[in-house]
Amino acid sequence: MTYRTESIRTRKTIMPRALSGLLLAGAAAGLIAAGPAGAKVEGDTITLGSAISLTGKYSSNGIDTQNGYDLAIKKINEMGGVTVDGKQYKLAVKYYDDESTPARTAQLLERLIEQDGVDYILGPYSSATTIAAAPVTEKYQVPMVEAEGASRALFNKGYKYLFAVLSTSEQYLSSAIDLAAEVAEKNGKSPSDLRVAMVFENDAFSLDVRAGVVENMNKYGMQTVIDDKMPADLSDISASLTKVKALKPDLLVISGHNKGAVTAARQIQELQVEVPMIAMTHCEGANVTGQFGAAADGYLCPTQWAETLSYSDKYFGSAADYDKAVKAAYPDYTTVPYQTAQASAAVLVWKDAFERANSFDTTKVRDALSATDMETFYGGIKFSEAGNNIAKPMVLRQIQNGEYNVVAPSKWASHELVWPREAMY
Amino acid sequence: MLDNLSLLTQLAPVLNIQLLLDGLFVGAIFVLAAYGLALVWGVMNVKNLAQGEYVIMGGYFAWHFGTVGVHPILSLPLVFALMFVFGWVVYLLVIKWVITRDLFTSLLATFGIALIVQQALNLAYGPEVRTAEAGFGTNRLFGGLVTVADIKLISFGLCILLAASVILFMKKSRMGQAIRATAQDARAAKIMGIDTERVYAFTYALNAAICGAAGVLVSMIWVIQPFYGIPHSIRAFVIVTAAGLGNIPGVIIAGLGLGVAEQYSGFVLGLEFQQATALILLLLVLIWRQIQLAQHRQVVQ
Repeated sequence: MTYRTESIRTRKTIMPRALSGLLLAGAAAGLIAAGPAGAKVEGDTITLGSAISLTGKYSSNGIDTQNGYDLAIKKINEMGGVTVDGKQYKLAVKYYDDESTPARTAQLLERLIEQDGVDYILGPYSSATTIAAAPVTEKYQVPMVEAEGASRALFNKGYKYLFAVLSTSEQYLSSAIDLAAEVAEKNGKSPSDLRVAMVFENDAFSLDVRAGVVENMNKYGMQTVIDDKMPADLSDISASLTKVKALKPDLLVISGHNKGAVTAARQIQELQVEVPMIAMTHCEGANVTGQFGAAADGYLCPTQWAETLSYSDKYFGSAADYDKAVKAAYPDYTTVPYQTAQASAAVLVWKDAFERANSFDTTKVRDALSATDMETFYGGIKFSEAGNNIAKPMVLRQIQNGEYNVVAPSKWASHELVWPREAMY
Repeated sequence: MLDNLSLLTQLAPVLNIQLLLDGLFVGAIFVLAAYGLALVWGVMNVKNLAQGEYVIMGGYFAWHFGTVGVHPILSLPLVFALMFVFGWVVYLLVIKWVITRDLFTSLLATFGIALIVQQALNLAYGPEVRTAEAGFGTNRLFGGLVTVADIKLISFGLCILLAASVILFMKKSRMGQAIRATAQDARAAKIMGIDTERVYAFTYALNAAICGAAGVLVSMIWVIQPFYGIPHSIRAFVIVTAAGLGNIPGVIIAGLGLGVAEQYSGFVLGLEFQQATALILLLLVLIWRQIQLAQHRQVVQ
């Protein structure tokens, strides 16, 4: 198998070699002459590769991700780097900009693996680009640790070289259903009497979130009263919210990336929707507290990670310490996005795997990755057979007086849930 | 779908008022962009595909002024002026050279402009969804079941004001008369001493300015994002096609009607059909026109 991969590489390097004199001159020629095999670990540097969205529609989260990668790499290098076979290596990343286009992500990964000889991949930003990337890494049998693709389409294909540190998207809002059921029982109601309104964007991510919600609702026997899907570029959901006002559900669940959260928060305020419990994704990314103030109070927002959680590791210390480190390195952040935290966690996973494999052989590193079982500032990391992280729960935070406070699951909760939501319009 | 209908007819008929009002308020904004399109289409025979992008661009300018402390409503005249200048520059750089070419050249050129504007906005402001906050309250009617945001009322008033002044301008002013003369017969107008080149530039600039003003209103009542222009372009095309060129009352009725139709289909059929409404209506209008035409031909025979 390894032999076959090598032969593909040799064949394909002929073209760049012909072009190199014309386009890339000495630098590229030197790289090719050294051979792809030497490029991944050169001297005392291990080069990871990533095609990431630095421009285009995912660019803000793409840059958050890159910041997370860079910060963790700086930290690891400062602490002595990665020790393999008694020798210390520094980590570095070769980045390409995939322009937020999945097709480009796939192309660039081919380029990283084929031409640049990178054998260890850090994931792109977003599920869509990761879905495009996974078949490429699988084809070349190059392991990829990704931190930003949560779609379940990534974990039902039997990929062997894909490892994700984050919780998958079905988990995003299903905890809100559990919480609603818990509240109902506390108030002497049966969870099966609860009526739920759902507004989801018609895209892979949000439909996964919806699938998780529906599955959990069926478990409790809850009823669906609204099940609307918004197209990607819809800037008005007032028709759904008007229905919500008439039907008065017990729980309103919304997911549609940042744009869905902004649109929903603005129109919930404008239409003065009064529902005892509202859960939506991407509150932080959409900055609903900053833009809509008290009108956003009481929203339940799922998060992969929060700086108030009591996780810790030897690199960054506690989650709160990590938060401080990011703010020191990138003073523009007022709150640290979880996208940055999970990106850093992915780099920690690589370091850990290299050291346990004690080798640069991709198969050995892959096996070490699959045996990962570690505690980080981001939470526990342990991969299932499918490559998703099963050691870390999704956390639910409620906006209380403009602050995000963890209210569920109860093990990590720092604050009591405010129920019913006190709307302040 | 039937449950939703029964909500409107039996359980909570006052919701009809909510849908009607929301539809009319947003429809008024559609009218502005459509009117601009009808103007450019009628006078210059250029089908401007960048219509929605100009709307979004205006919205971003309003948002930008908001970040430096200018209230979005006060920024409206500023944006109008800025977009006017921008339209004039685009005319000189691109439109001027394609105006005499065939349909596809101008379609491609304006599509190119649309792409450039999208990407430029994305580079300048990032891909995040933005809103310009007017900071006004909301009125509650029928015990809160119907709400009317003050900003929507104000924006509706501004739409009427803007549309009225543009129509008045076209009727009364020298330039307005020159534009109408050029629309009727460019060659004859030229012979009569009208500088048609200037008329074209003015028309295109005026369209950009009207779209920009519509964008300011969109940013205050909806949300804007660099790639949200396309639905606005589509709506403008649907409205103009349905109303027919040079039919101002038609554009107004079609625009308001589309606004209301979108709200109703979003409510009854679900959000996923809200935007499809415009296209379904376009299809129906075209079929109906075709039938009319066929009948007409038979009479002539």
